[in-house]
Amino acid sequence: MFNETQLEAIDNVIQINLIKAGLDNVIFMDMAGNTIAKHDNGKSHLDSTAFAALAAGNFAAVDAMAKLVGESEFSLLFHKGEKSSIHFSKINDETLLITMFNKDISLGLVRLKVAETIKEINNILAND
Amino acid sequence: MALINVKTKEVQIKIVYYGPGRGGKTTNLEYINKKYRDQIKTEMVSLKTQDDRTLFFDFLPFDVGQIKGFDITIQLYTVPGQVKYNATRRLVLRGVDGIVFVADVQKEQRKKNIESLNQLYENLETYNLDLFKIPLAMQYNKIDLKQSDIPILSSQTMQKDLNGILRAPAFEASALKGGNVIQTLKKIISMTLGSIQDQLF
Repeated sequence: MFNETQLEAIDNVIQINLIKAGLDNVIFMDMAGNTIAKHDNGKSHLDSTAFAALAAGNFAAVDAMAKLVGESEFSLLFHKGEKSSIHFSKINDETLLITMFNKDISLGLVRLKVAETIKEINNILAND
Repeated sequence: MALINVKTKEVQIKIVYYGPGRGGKTTNLEYINKKYRDQIKTEMVSLKTQDDRTLFFDFLPFDVGQIKGFDITIQLYTVPGQVKYNATRRLVLRGVDGIVFVADVQKEQRKKNIESLNQLYENLETYNLDLFKIPLAMQYNKIDLKQSDIPILSSQTMQKDLNGILRAPAFEASALKGGNVIQTLKKIISMTLGSIQDQLF
């Protein structure tokens, strides 16, 4: 379980690194499909509860496929749409970071910002 | 494990409806969705095959109010019942807090009920969970078939087959007509909340 200081710090990191960089939606969630933190740019109408359940299922299925082909994991999971895209990243064995962004933002920038964010979240979680 | 968020004061609980194929797991959720439509904020999500069988899971979240200042959200899931989908069944069980085992009272399903329960035990073990310790409710579904010519098993037989050692609360039910669907749900919610209450402060 995360304490209040950790949750506060994670919210800040997501806001500064990702939402301010122009991403539409960010969900920090556990592998069981529970949302821990959700952030958006104020214009979103996403049903984040259902989204998190589906995202957990999707990630778990791909993870199981990786094991079947002898990979320990597929670390990058990315779905590209016409207007918006979704990027999945594993933070640790228990949690995932899902980011959604529109066509004005490049995948490269998202990957860079997500990598920074994951590093910072792991630092926050290490300071229990 | 239930997700307890001390910052937003939210608790999310995962309850999984498990059981053999065509046993009525999805029908349970559909009935709950219909019955409590006004209180459920989101649509039920169903990942199914073209012939309407569950492919991955059904998902239905709803709020049940507050306990000790925490908003409680219950998330109901079903697993795909077909034998070949065990890998996906196992994935759905990740992080489960409570289980409803939906058994089929039709005589010809007797073996499938037992096999499914045995597999549930094994699948939980992969997450270091013990079927004997996790909140569990038994539901003997399709009791409405009593009125037809289809041979069904008595509740005593069902109890002996599935619940002799587990001794979980059991309900005769008709998911199609809604009989005991809500009672089963209320029971598993109260058992699951009871099991996590110590973690709330």
